[in-house]
Amino acid sequence: MKTLSTLFKNNIREYGMLIALVAVMLFFQVQTGGILFKPVNITNLVLQNSYIITMALGMLLIIISGWIDLSVGSVVAVIGALAGVLIVRYNVDWFVTILICLAVGAAIGAFQGYWVAYIKIPAFIVTLAGMLIFRGLTFILLQGESVGPFPVDFQRISSGFIPDFLNVFNIPNFHLTTMVIGILLSIVLIFMDFRGRQNQDKYGFEVTPFYFFVLKNLMITAAVLGLCYLMASYKGLPNVLILLFVLISGYTFITSSSVIGRRIYAMGGNEKAAKLSGVNTSRLLFTTFVNMGLLAALAGIIVAARLNSSTPNAGDGMELDVIAACFIGGASASGGVGKVIGAVVGAFLVGVLNNGMSIMGVGIDWQKVVKGLVLLAAVFFDVYNKNKN
Amino acid sequence: MADVILEMRNITKTFPGVKALDNVNFSVTQGEIHCLVGENGAGKSTLMKVLSGVYPHGTYSGEIYFEGKECKFQDITDSEEIGLVIIHQELALIPYLSIAENIFLGNETAKNGVINWNEAISRTRDLLKKVGLDESPNTLITNLGVGKQQLVEIAKALAKKVRLLILDEPTASLNESDSDALLELLLQFKEHGISSILISHKLNEIEKVADSITILRDGSTIETLDSRKGHVTEDRIIRGMVGRDMTHRFPPRDSKIGEVVFEVRDWNVYHPIHEGRKVSNNVNIKVRKGEVVGLAGLMGAGRTELAMSIFGRSYGTRISGTAYKNGKEVDLSNIDKAIANGVAYATEDRKAYGLVLIQEIKDNITLANLKAISDYDVVINEPKEMSVTSGYREKLNIKCSSIRQMALNLSGGNQQKVVLSKWLFASPDILILDEPTRGIDVGAKYEIYTIINRLASEGKAIIMISSELPEILGVCDRIYVMRDGKIVGEMPASDATQESVMKCIMTQQQEVMAA
Ligand SMILES: Nc1ncnc2c1ncn2[C@@H]1O[C@H](COP(=O)(O)OP(=O)(O)OP(=O)(O)O)[C@@H](O)[C@H]1O
Ligand SMILES: [Mg+2]
Repeated sequence: MKTLSTLFKNNIREYGMLIALVAVMLFFQVQTGGILFKPVNITNLVLQNSYIITMALGMLLIIISGWIDLSVGSVVAVIGALAGVLIVRYNVDWFVTILICLAVGAAIGAFQGYWVAYIKIPAFIVTLAGMLIFRGLTFILLQGESVGPFPVDFQRISSGFIPDFLNVFNIPNFHLTTMVIGILLSIVLIFMDFRGRQNQDKYGFEVTPFYFFVLKNLMITAAVLGLCYLMASYKGLPNVLILLFVLISGYTFITSSSVIGRRIYAMGGNEKAAKLSGVNTSRLLFTTFVNMGLLAALAGIIVAARLNSSTPNAGDGMELDVIAACFIGGASASGGVGKVIGAVVGAFLVGVLNNGMSIMGVGIDWQKVVKGLVLLAAVFFDVYNKNKN
Repeated sequence: MADVILEMRNITKTFPGVKALDNVNFSVTQGEIHCLVGENGAGKSTLMKVLSGVYPHGTYSGEIYFEGKECKFQDITDSEEIGLVIIHQELALIPYLSIAENIFLGNETAKNGVINWNEAISRTRDLLKKVGLDESPNTLITNLGVGKQQLVEIAKALAKKVRLLILDEPTASLNESDSDALLELLLQFKEHGISSILISHKLNEIEKVADSITILRDGSTIETLDSRKGHVTEDRIIRGMVGRDMTHRFPPRDSKIGEVVFEVRDWNVYHPIHEGRKVSNNVNIKVRKGEVVGLAGLMGAGRTELAMSIFGRSYGTRISGTAYKNGKEVDLSNIDKAIANGVAYATEDRKAYGLVLIQEIKDNITLANLKAISDYDVVINEPKEMSVTSGYREKLNIKCSSIRQMALNLSGGNQQKVVLSKWLFASPDILILDEPTRGIDVGAKYEIYTIINRLASEGKAIIMISSELPEILGVCDRIYVMRDGKIVGEMPASDATQESVMKCIMTQQQEVMAA
């Protein structure tokens, strides 16, 4: 059986990230005089980060493939603008608008993916061009001004909360459904982890010591229940969080257990070897860009709904937060390496930094400096660990 | 007793989960060629990496003395400073730099940071003369064959005033004449007082040049044989390596050959960059059910190019010709289709084309046939994957701490076995093996031949490209000889001898030269 210290050493990256996140949260909790963990703020934190996380999922796949997408900030803007123009100027139904926006997002991804995957122009260049093109198109669509407001149904995507079905007991100021969902989720997570451990044991793999398993699940359960409790004492679970949960689970599944995920890792790790093993690398890379376009469009919708208007400067610089989240989360710039959970934690870290510093009144200038340093430190940590082994 | 110039004492080196070296003692005397042999994963490369500072002092235990002084190398420059130069198993030249630039890389003849190219080029010329390489110092590495690249590596070592030269499987990808030239060079160096350590799985070479031979097995020194005291035979070395006598180098086989299953007609392929150059010229080959067909020829004869162009057009342009399987024309126009039609190609270049080095062994083995371990072709069934890949680990005796180990950390020979496993798992009907035993130890070679035999007896058709004639003769039923992209000879293996195949290759060469 492994000792705790070797276990920690082998997973230093993941645990290091989590510890960093917790440390940063505690730091801001103290510095902001307890505002950070207030139910309102936790809810806000989730809402503010939802679009970064959404896009980080797509970006992660692109980074694992060995490329990068610089255009996502502009895609967020152009999709927001499209939604604004359709709904506000042309009175198109909001749901139809969403479908159109997603389709356009996928088309944008296909457009960029075509140049990268089939014509073999480096993604850095293609998406740099895309960044300019789609920002320009945003200004053209909006004629340089903000368009809004949106109908309430549309806004609810970002600012709505799930209804409290279980509010039969009429507990004041407490969203019971949220708490129940939290409890169910904890049980499912524990069960899945237990099953995985059993499976590993069955196939003769070294499993983590039982006390470690218990400790880990206790902490996860505490975090889930704590989060749900905080949300329940505000307005409950935001709609966006449900969406995020679905996306994160889906992409975790794709990357860890699906054939297509395995192929993406192989392609990023050694494109030639993957190709010679029958992986259609061009089509696969094309698909990851389409996927990115789709997720960027989704993020664009969330942003527009949240701001309740389409503005020409929406999403400006967002690509950097998204890319930073992936790298902080342990993805490798040379491809083939990266985890969904890492990117999500990375995105939260960036989010908490943004949020905490804003509450403290740190200017946008210093916020950028700090985020840059954190990115550098995280990647340094990776490289240092790699060299040491 | 001659002067001991290098002594390594009680070297122990562990990686997570493996003890790669366990109290190894190893010494080299002045001016000798000391061969280091052992099975794949025995720890040969690791020992040499410890010696040359790739693994710095402190990451292993034990002491190293060079010319009487204790050495505590922090990195490879420390060891080069005192004249210890290592040439790694995988060549480390930069393809788009010239010979001269490569030779002086990191060792530039600079003054105040400005490189004196005239001096560098004239010194390169001298060095190239010494290693017998007739090329301009300005030639780009990418335009040289592997054999010549190997000579450049040696010239590079000479530029560093080498006292002890370490070569890790330098001849693995060389043909016989290039290998001979290289070994000749080592003998010359010996005259000039340069000692060398040579790692090789080609035991005939060792028999030829070794002054002494150290055998490693499972990370420990088994014995050191002195061939100056008396001739050491190949069989003697094998006994030390595998711990028992091996009476046969090739497993017996009785072939049951059936109908033609695969045929390629009028196959023409052009070079992807040099437009006018034909790399396959009207090739016609066929394989029967249960037959092992060898493709013999010199390096650069176009065998790999032919194989890859057949395998889903993964090489070359303007490919023309037709392929037939069981008498019907088949579409092999991309790799997907080739695999779906039961054709597989196991590459000779495992690092660049064969493996995803940063992935686990199991991921590599299943990559070409993920559907077979998936539910509904979509979801990977991990337990199934584990049991399949564990099976190959056992069957091919892949030496690793776990099938979840990264392919990167495997010894060269074991990486080769992973590539083979991948294609065995794809269970093709026609399997093209390109140098399947390159860098593989004698014991494992025997295992691989056994696997080839078993596949043949299951009715598969096998095409084997190999530069080792004894292997072609020992394993194949029929042999094609290739030269300059053409098939220039065909013979049943029962009639062929090493001389007759060699002659076939050479006569053609002379004809061309005469023309
Ligand atoms: N970086 C590493 N991490 C983990 N294990 C390693 C690492 N490098 C080598 N090993 C293990 O150490 C052992 C010795 O490997 P080494 O490369 O020295 O073998 P070798 O004798 O050179 O074999 P070959 O003839 O196949 O080249 C192998 O079992 C290998 O898997
Ligand atoms: Mg080796």
